[in-house]
Amino acid sequence: MSTQESTTARSRGKAPAGERVADWADGRLGIYSLAKANMRKIFPDHWSFMLGEVCLYSFLIIILTGVYLTLFFHPSMNEVEYHGSYVPLQGQLMSEAYKSTLDISFDVRGGLLIRQIHHWAAIVFLAGMFVHMMRVFFTGAFRKPREINWLFGFLLFVLGMFTGFTGYSLPDDLLSGTGVRFTQGAILSVPIVGTYISMFLFGGEFPGDDMVARFYSIHILLLPGIMLGLVVAHLILVFYHKHTQFAGPGKTNKNVVGMPLLPVYMAKAGGFFFLVFGVIAILAGIATVNPIWALGPYRPDQVSTGAQPDWYMGFAEGLVRAMPGWEINFWGHTLVLGVFIPLAIFGLFLAAIALYPFIESWVTGDKREHHILDRPRNAPTRTGLGVAWVTAYMIMLIGGGNDIIATHFHLSINAVTWFVRIGFFVGPVVAFVITKRICLGLQRRDKDKVLHGREAGIIKRLPHGEFIEVHEPLSQEQLYTLTAHEQYRPAEIGPAVDDNGVERKAKGSQKLRAKLSKAYYGEGSQIPKPTVEEYKEITSGHGHH
Amino acid sequence: MSSQDIPEENLPAAQATAHGELADEKHPFADPGLPPHEHRIQDVDERAAKRSERSVALMFTVSMLATIGFIASYVAIDHDKSVFVFPLGHINALNFALGLTLGVALFCIGAGAVHWARTLMSDVEVADERHPIEASPEVRAKVHADFKQGAKESVIGRRKLIRNTMLGAVALVPLSGVVLLRDLGPLPEDKLRHTLWSKGKLLVNMNTNEPLRPSDVAVGSLTFAKPEGLEEHDHAFQNEIAKAALMIVRIQPDDIKDKRELEWSHEGIVAYSKICTHVGCPISLYEQQTHHVLCPCHQSTFDLSDGARVIFGPAGHALPQLRIGVNDEGYLEALGDFEEPVGPAFWERG
Repeated sequence: MSTQESTTARSRGKAPAGERVADWADGRLGIYSLAKANMRKIFPDHWSFMLGEVCLYSFLIIILTGVYLTLFFHPSMNEVEYHGSYVPLQGQLMSEAYKSTLDISFDVRGGLLIRQIHHWAAIVFLAGMFVHMMRVFFTGAFRKPREINWLFGFLLFVLGMFTGFTGYSLPDDLLSGTGVRFTQGAILSVPIVGTYISMFLFGGEFPGDDMVARFYSIHILLLPGIMLGLVVAHLILVFYHKHTQFAGPGKTNKNVVGMPLLPVYMAKAGGFFFLVFGVIAILAGIATVNPIWALGPYRPDQVSTGAQPDWYMGFAEGLVRAMPGWEINFWGHTLVLGVFIPLAIFGLFLAAIALYPFIESWVTGDKREHHILDRPRNAPTRTGLGVAWVTAYMIMLIGGGNDIIATHFHLSINAVTWFVRIGFFVGPVVAFVITKRICLGLQRRDKDKVLHGREAGIIKRLPHGEFIEVHEPLSQEQLYTLTAHEQYRPAEIGPAVDDNGVERKAKGSQKLRAKLSKAYYGEGSQIPKPTVEEYKEITSGHGHH
Repeated sequence: MSSQDIPEENLPAAQATAHGELADEKHPFADPGLPPHEHRIQDVDERAAKRSERSVALMFTVSMLATIGFIASYVAIDHDKSVFVFPLGHINALNFALGLTLGVALFCIGAGAVHWARTLMSDVEVADERHPIEASPEVRAKVHADFKQGAKESVIGRRKLIRNTMLGAVALVPLSGVVLLRDLGPLPEDKLRHTLWSKGKLLVNMNTNEPLRPSDVAVGSLTFAKPEGLEEHDHAFQNEIAKAALMIVRIQPDDIKDKRELEWSHEGIVAYSKICTHVGCPISLYEQQTHHVLCPCHQSTFDLSDGARVIFGPAGHALPQLRIGVNDEGYLEALGDFEEPVGPAFWERG
């Protein structure tokens, strides 16, 4: 065959060009040892594993489009009169930042598209991170050895929020300016140092002349620089730890089953970048986000109704809207609790995500590596806590749009606000209880399926006239998959007296842990897995009942 | 956070699990191992594989055409032309064309690559071994020993003076960086306590730029005003209007419930700061019948007929009132600055 001939011909002469380039690079960079470990690296397959990819790719899209936007954007608050091609704003006074954003939108061909892709990608990036974190949380992928990577991801989420905020504040339009004003008001509420932080951040009184330039450097350099580093570290750790996988036949805690990076994931993941980019580009072409020309330039004494931040800041907005206006005046000072408490809850609410892996590993006392993912139902308390958190978040998101909810659904704004105030406390509890119940129900169903087989949908009439439904036994694969999960026993404090009969004092932390452990793994928090004895007793016996 | 006090048998691995005896082939829940590979139609039918190849190539070709379409749109479509596209309505033609062609060009590359991977690349699942993240005891011991050796050779443990002065120097040097931040802005001092208003300043209508007379303010209307002398072109306009913005309404004097409010008004005309005391949005929604004003940002509601006290929402205190009167020429004028800071509360407000 011709291919064979050509290979032999090549081997006699020079190596192919690609090989020679690779050899050259290897002599200087040692790429072969890197490739040896990674070129055929195995990645497991599950739809939920692509959520992280969505984040990575939207981040890359944001950087690409962001660089383009810096070529045209003027980060300056100098007041200029507008004489561009957008007629309704002719002759208006506005900052150069706003004017250059109008120019990008109306005078640079394709500028509007890139702006829209940039903004859409940011929205997708944050949403992607939110869902990706849910995936990691609910399947227990944050457990050892991945706690640090969870923290990296958490930081990316928080930094992403602030990068988004500083980004959409740059055009200096009426809506984003109002958001900045809100932020400044919140900063003022910080006890003792609030006014100083505000003066230093804005270079004087609000709004001052420095805000856009400073936010610009934070938005395009400081935060994305840190984020890029974190993304790289995040990916290195994903490679180093190897990806987690769900339990299944042949999949253990000591292996990873899937397909190789080259060629399958190179094509799938590489292709997925283009899919994400393509979808965002089409979105940008047909759905306008942040039409700054319709909002007008920022004036501190003007505002529009229905002012909303981008979605990822919505829950912070909700906290601020729902909080009663508590203010305490004493010794010539004011404690602005009405704004400061929401600010603090905002921080604590996020910190809870960062801390959770460490709390759970303390409760379980489990220091082993975990590479097999939990099905959410098999960790009912964790799943319940996660859903409770998401519920509180969503209620605050509703609170952040209480005016929109009120006008669109013809409700009283007061009623919506009160719903949010009460719901913030009640909703998570209800969600926790319901979620846990659903998880336990699903566990029971799994147990039932293992012991009695799956319902075949066939009704059989026995000779004596009785009708029964035929249950079909599960395959070995299914039996294994449904029983592969581990179940913890609640930790106990241990005997009250030690071996010598001397009274042992349990520390407060031990008592707390025993309590938490019972809540996590005690009776009523998990359904015992079917045992071999149960299975044998039922299957060996007489028919199915 | 140590696990020493948790007995080992509480960890699942030590429990007699359903998989305790993996060796037992008759164990009902045993791991059957990787299932055998199932062939796709493309693996066994060359014609199906050929069809897949053509689909992939078609998608890549569509992508090429879309890129040509992108360039053509860029060149051919006028950038302020709008088109009607159902159901989007009237949209910018260039943006629509560019977004669609770029999107299709990118999407088709992705779809082609994924289809290629799914139908034509080998889909045999293979297993890679995992290795524990933590080092073996030997490596661990070696690293510890190396570190101790290095530390010993550095004599840092023995020469305490060096160690302590070094720590001191390294701890102090970032202070320079902190000090450099000082000029980011001025100190707050009493800047938040004063506005441009002062005795005798006329109330100028924000829309007409004319000084207001009492007759200009009708019952049921909401008028925005700025202090005389503050012009839009002024450099400090944004900073000043952020504090001085004023809203003026006329209420029947009998309807004013607050005594001081009545005293500070003129014939029922009252002037309040427009800046919300919550986080500083401009208040702009006025309910004529009840004299309530609502901040559109966070829905704080104030009763202008009762000292602008808060009746709903997250604001913590009433809106500051500006004392007004009428000068000799019959124009409304301020009788001083606000007596308390306008806008959001802060630590030094008191």
